[in-house]
Amino acid sequence: MSAESYENEYGNAKNALELKNITKRFGDLVAVSNISLEIKEGEIFSFLGPSGCGKTTLLRCIAGLEDADEGQVLIGGEVVNQIPPYKRNCSIVFQQHALFPHMSVFDNIAFGLVEHKVPKAEIKMRVNDLVDMVNLNGMESRWPHQLSGGQQQRVALARSLVLRPAILLLDEPLAALDRKLRKEMQTELKRIQKEVGTTFMNVTHDQKEALSLSDRIAVIKDGKIIQLGTPEEIYESPRTTFVADFMGASNIFSGKADVNGDNNILFRGDIGLEILLPNNDKLEAKEIKGISIHPEVIGIALEESEIKALDSWHTVFKGRITEAFYQGDFSELTVKLNESDIELAIHLGRGIAHDKEIVSGQDVMVHWKWEHNNILYS
Amino acid sequence: METIKNATSPQSDLVVKNKKKFNVEVPLYMGPISFLLVGFVFAPLLIILFFSFLKTGLYGEIVYEFTMGNIKEILTGGSGIVFLNSFYLAVQTTILCLLLGYPLAYYIARYGGKWKVLLISMIVVPSWVAYLIRLYAFKTITGTNGIINNFLMDWGLISEPLTMLYTPGVVMVGLVYTWLPFMVLPLHAAMEGMEPSLLEAATDLGAHPVRRFFRITLPLSRGGAIAGSILVFIPTMGDWLVPALLGGSKVMMVGNLVAQKFTIAGNIPSGSSLAIMLAATLILILYLAIKWGGKEAMEKLV
Repeated sequence: MSAESYENEYGNAKNALELKNITKRFGDLVAVSNISLEIKEGEIFSFLGPSGCGKTTLLRCIAGLEDADEGQVLIGGEVVNQIPPYKRNCSIVFQQHALFPHMSVFDNIAFGLVEHKVPKAEIKMRVNDLVDMVNLNGMESRWPHQLSGGQQQRVALARSLVLRPAILLLDEPLAALDRKLRKEMQTELKRIQKEVGTTFMNVTHDQKEALSLSDRIAVIKDGKIIQLGTPEEIYESPRTTFVADFMGASNIFSGKADVNGDNNILFRGDIGLEILLPNNDKLEAKEIKGISIHPEVIGIALEESEIKALDSWHTVFKGRITEAFYQGDFSELTVKLNESDIELAIHLGRGIAHDKEIVSGQDVMVHWKWEHNNILYS
Repeated sequence: METIKNATSPQSDLVVKNKKKFNVEVPLYMGPISFLLVGFVFAPLLIILFFSFLKTGLYGEIVYEFTMGNIKEILTGGSGIVFLNSFYLAVQTTILCLLLGYPLAYYIARYGGKWKVLLISMIVVPSWVAYLIRLYAFKTITGTNGIINNFLMDWGLISEPLTMLYTPGVVMVGLVYTWLPFMVLPLHAAMEGMEPSLLEAATDLGAHPVRRFFRITLPLSRGGAIAGSILVFIPTMGDWLVPALLGGSKVMMVGNLVAQKFTIAGNIPSGSSLAIMLAATLILILYLAIKWGGKEAMEKLV
């Protein structure tokens, strides 16, 4: 999702959740550091970060399983810091599902409704609705240990959604599943979210999952939000080295830049790389700390003529392929640029790699559009 | 085809060989304990069973003649009330141990952290000291001239020493004190194995802590509670040292009656039949407990 389409969809929505300067410490360790955030109703929002970055702690602060040391949590515009977790209008889906082993699927899903003293007939109706929605028909009387990982995930989801929470909190919901199932559940999650319209708050360390699932992503490191934006913004325009690296932009060059009068930036990398690019955002030289280039935007040319055919808004280098790893859907190439130690990582689609008969040791020309030179600010 | 056959044949030979081989491990490992069990548990029980159907002579000597008299005497005579009293005390002790043990085990399992080992040791280590010695210490503390009374008198809180020793109350406290570790350990083990996220999930779904205990903690630690109850109930029911030392002549349990028959009255057949009745009662209760609690435990195991 791009920034404009996000604005179109959620620009006028109310805040489902608001965090104001949340800080949480465990002894000397600051797990969550002064995080402020607004999440719109109906949005799928992801906290993305490596393990131990504080994203799960933040989720637990929202659910009330941890008390924030400082700051306020607002759900639906109301401060909930003093409200115990069993009265908060949000529900959490745990990483390991945490299904009650001594209860059937039906009783697991009905658990929260029983606790909220919902009449029996209504419980039956609402549980059956959810069973339909998550495709667990006929499984109501089974025990959790008789279910597959994906089915357990669905029960956990249904158990929370049946309470119609204002926000559904998902703690690495797909991490316990194998790859194929994860893909399937990802689509399921999106479908279910569309159907119920509940705000989803997802925590994950898997950038692919975050990109395909979310309306917006907050990249978190050491308890702080490093970058907040739509999946497109985060992936294509990471602002820091950390985010660029985390999003798989494996060509990262730190260096200095000169800004000249013609509105161009001449970037000089610390290891000798020089790139000229247009200064569309009127940046000052000192702001620019480096650039990153995603490996899949770099093209390979074998003949001069191919380069000549490109328009002038391209960065072009000559080099030699030093390594070529076959990855199935793409080939992972390392190209050493001529007369330097600079190595570029390139992901070349299988079709192109096949047509050009790419092998290790070949002399090639690499090229990419100027706009793919992403500027890093720290 | 040839090569495949060659490759697999040695292995299939091996399987056949394994089947034929006489397994020495089972008699080697099980032999000594079987010998001990047969020689020192089953044999004495059989002897006592045999004695319990014999008559007693005028001077307490055993007369080798069959009789049902001893059993009849127990069922009709005054020892029935002693049985009931023992049963009552054992039930009471078990319930008190459950009530005390649950919070103890729960808090150690959930919040023990790095102190867990120390806290568990504090419960277990005292039970390694011979319990005769511990009960004498108990006497020193609760006696008329004991530590509690002296302390209260010195501070002028009471003018006359309280009667604590040789009352049913102190026997109850003594029984609970003696057998509590046997309740806490299996309860703790059951709650240790419980995923903390289950409790968090219950809270998150709207369960108040009290409700959560009855809907999650209690059913999931049932196995531990049943095991603990068996481990407390059975020794309590047969206990004789606690009532003998702390209850004096005021509190009589089956164990005391058996001891009395053997030592003071010197009536071995009568004592034997009492002991057999006690063993039979305990086996019956054990059977019922396993049958009642085992069903759910089995379901969880599958």
